[in-house]
This record gives sequence, C-alpha cells and structure tokens, in this order.
Amino acid sequence: MSDCCSTATIKVPIEPRVAGRIRTVALVGPPNSGKSTLFNRLTGLRQKVANYPGLTVEQRVGRLNGIGRGDLTLIDLPGVYGLDSYSEDARVAVEVLHGEMPGTPAPDAILLVLDSLQLRRQLMLAAPVLGLGLPTLVLLNMSDLMEARGGVVDTLALAQELGVPVAKISATRGAGLDSITHFLNRKAEPVRNGSSGNAIEAPTPGRIELPVMGNPRSYRQWATGISTRTKYKAPISSEWTKRIDGVLLHRIWGPLIFLAVVFAVFQVVFSIGQPLSDGFGDVLNEGGAKIGALLGHNWVESLLIDGVWRGVASVLVFVPQILLLFLFIGVLEDSGYLARAALIADRVMRSIGLNGKAFIPLLSAYACAVPAIMATRTIENKRDRFATILVAPFMTCSARLPIYMLMIAAFIPNKPILGDLFGLRAAVMLSLYVLGFVAALATAWLLKSSILKASSAPFILELPQYRLPTIRSLSLRLMDRGQVFLKQAGTVILAVTIVLWFLSHIPFHADLAQSVIGRLGQFIEPAIKPLGFNWKIGIGLLTSVMAREVIVGTLGTLYGADPATQSLGLQAALRHDLTLGGAMALVVFFAFALQCTSTIAIVRRETNSWRWPALQFVYMSVLAYLAALGTNQAILHFVR
Amino acid sequence: MVAIALLSDFGVEAADDFDLSGAWKLSLLSELPIGTTGVVESLELPGEIQHHLMHMGFVPEARVVVVRRAPAGDPTVYSIDGFEVALRRDTAQAIRVREYEIR
Repeated sequence: MSDCCSTATIKVPIEPRVAGRIRTVALVGPPNSGKSTLFNRLTGLRQKVANYPGLTVEQRVGRLNGIGRGDLTLIDLPGVYGLDSYSEDARVAVEVLHGEMPGTPAPDAILLVLDSLQLRRQLMLAAPVLGLGLPTLVLLNMSDLMEARGGVVDTLALAQELGVPVAKISATRGAGLDSITHFLNRKAEPVRNGSSGNAIEAPTPGRIELPVMGNPRSYRQWATGISTRTKYKAPISSEWTKRIDGVLLHRIWGPLIFLAVVFAVFQVVFSIGQPLSDGFGDVLNEGGAKIGALLGHNWVESLLIDGVWRGVASVLVFVPQILLLFLFIGVLEDSGYLARAALIADRVMRSIGLNGKAFIPLLSAYACAVPAIMATRTIENKRDRFATILVAPFMTCSARLPIYMLMIAAFIPNKPILGDLFGLRAAVMLSLYVLGFVAALATAWLLKSSILKASSAPFILELPQYRLPTIRSLSLRLMDRGQVFLKQAGTVILAVTIVLWFLSHIPFHADLAQSVIGRLGQFIEPAIKPLGFNWKIGIGLLTSVMAREVIVGTLGTLYGADPATQSLGLQAALRHDLTLGGAMALVVFFAFALQCTSTIAIVRRETNSWRWPALQFVYMSVLAYLAALGTNQAILHFVR
Repeated sequence: MVAIALLSDFGVEAADDFDLSGAWKLSLLSELPIGTTGVVESLELPGEIQHHLMHMGFVPEARVVVVRRAPAGDPTVYSIDGFEVALRRDTAQAIRVREYEIR
C-alpha cells in the first residue's frame, strides 16, 4: 500500500583500514543459504536498507548488536553463486569485497555462509572468496537439519582443507553463533591465544591450494575433491518434499489445488476479515463518539472528531483484513509453495511473454505492489523484470480494498447468486480483481511485443524443500507491515485530513461549497463530470495520488464537514450524492490508476530512471480515465 | 534406475556386472525420460545463462536425475547435487548428456 521501504541513504563512517583490526564484516553466501536470517539474527533487526548508489541492487547494513558487538558494522552482500561479474549482483559483491564501492567501507573480515544441505555445490563459492585473502570464517548453516537427515561432514578436515576456521550453525535457531563472537574477538587481538570456541581452527592457514580462478569447472572439481576428503555425505533429500510434490505438482491435482489455494485465500480474507474489520470499526467509532462528548460542541471537537478521527478511522478499519492477506502470502512463501506455484504458472505466463518467476511478485502484488516490485529481483532477464515491474501495480493491492468495499457496500444490494456462499457483492469484488489481472496480462503482452521485446529468457527456478513457516518469521512480517500501515495512517493520512479540514472551513462560517476546497473541486469538476464524479470525489482523486486509501479518509472528512450529510453515515452520504454509474466508474478508475507515491518511488529506484515510472503513471492514468468514462456511460445508457 | 545409479557410483568399469549390450548414448537433457539419470557432457547456452547454470552445478561430469514434469508438461524438474531445479525445454535442449541404456 504505501511506504514500506525507507530509501534513506546509509551513512556509514568510513575509517581507514588498520591492520589486524576489524571494523567492518561482510556477509557472503549463495542465494537461499539462510544469509538473510543470519543477518537479522546478528544485527538484531536494526538494519538500514537502501540501494547501492546508481544501481538496482539493495544494500543492507547493520551493527552487530545481536552478538553484543555494536561497534562492528555488518554488510549483507547480495546472494551470489560466484564472484565472476556475470550479473549486477555479483559485480556489486566483488566491488564491495575489494573495497571499491563508493560509500561502503572496505570489509576487514568475511563471514561465508554455506547451506550444509548442499555443501558440495555451495563450496564452489568458497574458492573465489578465500582467494581474496581476508580473514574468513566459514559458517555451515542448517547443520542441525543436515545431521537430522543423516548428513555428515568432518569440520576439522574442512578447516584444514580451506585454511580458515569452520563452524556449524543454525541461523533459524540461533545455535553456534558464539563461534562468530570468538572469531571476531580473536581476529581483533594481534596475538593468537588458541581458544576458538566452536570454530575449528586451521593449523596452517594460508597454505591451501585454490583452483584456477573464474572457471566453474575447476571450482567444481576442487569442491568435489574437498567434499570427498572431508567425508561429506549429503543428507537424504526429504521424503516429505517428494511426496508432497507428487500431489501438488500432479498433472491434474496440481493446477486444481493451485486454483483452490488462490480462491481460499480470498474467501478467508473476506469472510473472516470482514467481520473483524466491522467490529474494529465499531470500536473506533464508539471511541470517537465518547471523546467527542467529552470535548463538547465547538470547533476543536469538529476538527478532532469530524476531521481527524473520521478520516483516520475510516482507513484504520482495514488493518485486520490487510494483515490477514499478508499472513497468507507469508505462509505460502515461507512454506516453499510459491516456488511450485511459479512452476505451474510458467506455461500461462509464457504465453504473454513473461516467465513463471514473474508469478510470485504478481501474486504478492495482491497485498502490496511495493514488496512485489522488490521481489522481481529474482527474475534474471532485465526486460522480463521491467515488464513485471510495470504491470505489478495493476494487481488489486490491499490499498484498493477500502474504496472497493465502501462503494460496493453503499451501492450494490446483497443479492445471493449461488446461495449464501456467493452473492452479488462478492461477484462485483471478484470482477474488479479479474479486471486488474486482465489489465496486467494485456499490458505485459503489449510491452513484451513492443518496447521490451526480447528473445525468450531462460527459466531457472530452484525448488526449496518444504518447511513449516515459523511463528517468529510470520509475526515479524506482520509487525513490519502493520507498522508501515499505521505509520502511513499516522503521518500522511493524518496530515491530509487536518489540511482538508482547514481548507474546507476557510473562509470561516462559509458553506462547504464556498470554502477553498469547494472552489478547487468545482474548478476541476468539468473534467470529471463525464465520469459521473462530483467535486468531492474530485478532491478524493487529488489527495489519493499519495496513496489510494487516502480517498476514503478524504471523503469521510468532506462529507463530515458538509451540514447536509453530516448526520448521515459515509455510505448513506455517498448514496445521497452519487449515481450507480459514478460509483462503479470510481472503482474502475481505482482498478487502473497508479495512485501511490510509494510505488512510483520504488519503480524509480528499481529501474534507476524516471522514464519508467513516468510512462507507467501516464499509461495507467489514461487507461483509468477512459475505462471510468466507458463504465459510467454504459451504466447510464443500459442500466435503468 | 537403481542399476544406473550404482553404475555411476563406481565408474564405468562396474558395467561388467550388467548387460553389456547396453551402451552410453549421447542425448539432450530435454530428451531424457522421467526417472532416468544423465551425465552432463557440455552446455551450449549464451554466456551469462551458461555461467549461472554451471554455478548451480550443471558442469561436465555432473549427474542429473529427471524428477518430474510440471503439470503442463514443461518445465521439467531436475535433481542435481541433492537439490531440485526446474528448467524449460528450450534450456534443457542446450545441455548435452550421456545416458546409459540397458537393452
């Protein structure tokens, strides 16, 4: 919905390297090695996220507070398979490790995270990393899982082979992290004292043989040789994963389950989320009324209750539903199902010129386009990735829910179509979702057959083992999203409602229509009249350029300020003021328009140019205007 | 399937234990049936993609098992070095493998 990601620049004091002293530590590892989990553990979640200057690669930096070393800086490098600059991520990793990245301090030590379930393959990254010659600690992550599944590795032999200390850890459980503390403390002292905690020290560092640099084949031979000599036995791949895949990727059951999962998510979000939101709304309204009674009847009460409370509360009621949607997407992603969904969707995505990997960001765009656009980083092909970024805001994000629900509840009768399960309201809501999806597919096809045309890009998708999502990671997700939403309600929406209240009460004692905001609205009214909108909706369209959900707060404040509708609820006030055509044109307008400054900012960041967000904004606005015009005119002419 | 796995564990010499009318047959990864194992011979893909695949373990002499096809028949899931990766037919077509056939 909104500002999920602060794009503040990171200010890390750059101090000159002092021999033997560690100030900055780099975290290196292949994708899916559990690097991010470890980073969160080590920094205690106080991290700064930004982009490397001029690049589309994310930079995450934090202090090592998680292990009591707040004096040290930890840099999380992008997940890479090797240090040959074949991708933007790898180029960034190489530049940071060589201390050539402007604004990023040169690392004095390296933590190399490898997934011990796939050690033979992951060791290939150790060769170029050790070749850098920096103090390095090799961390065998998920070693608890490896041992539980019958995997074995001789860490002492591995440390001897690699010439650096090796430690077994579990980033998810936080086990074995003291080895990192020992490693950092030891390296900080000029004289070695022999104790190294869990880490197994190499007796003769610096005298190891590395393969020919830059040649994957020699890396592989080297890695295979080492895993044989260290008696590495890969764990038996989980029988469960195979059995579950037998059903979830079944020729017939697979697609059916896939559709059922998507449908179930929406069903639950609406059938459980709606009563939750309604209940929460009642609590908020009662609270407002009680506080209003305490204040008495004056302009302060009018500002606080009619203006601020109405505006902010009308947005806050959607918190339960939005969190529920994020919870489902989190479960699907953490369990490993989303990768399977991408595999199933690949065939369909291919027909519009995208690949299955684009499905994951598009599905999460149902919650919010901002994290979805960040998730497009898994798409290697730049043209595919840009096409996905450009169409993601068409997916019905949760910020559209407030205005959809408001208009549907106000204008669509609750007639059953298929018994109690599926009514007219649900049908309208579903068609809005389909409308956004179709617009996304059509636009993707248009882009891929014109400005983003490319030869078919490869589809390389790693299928992770299934695992149970942990309560910890799910609740972290929800807290994160909840905070973002509340921050939005507490800052942008609060500010908009206060400004609106004043503008609609100046000059004092004038009618709403004669106020500053009324005049502005009437000025733009001719442009939106053919869509069936009145000037109040026009003001809502202007304020919601910041974020879609703002329109509900705006309408709440405007109708609250109008004596004619003050005593009515927002739904009744809207019915009083709009036709069915105008109401449906409004939701269609919202289905297409790009009213979200956070999305515009993230597209600018991810494409590293203003060209793409500008194109996207103009395209979506024109489409929204034309579609709303068509809707209103069609309803005027064909529906009585 | 079991025979093939054993065979590649012990090297080609172990073939004495099996029916000698079988032979190593050159093929494309995309042509291997489900459940069979192939040994990577060479890759012929554009530089960046080739590099990516090689770092994921698709290097000469690596053993690849064909695990299953996606419900639509494509992409196909392969198992390499104990993890699973899905490739489309047009990518798998560019990977030459040898396959042991028992007649």
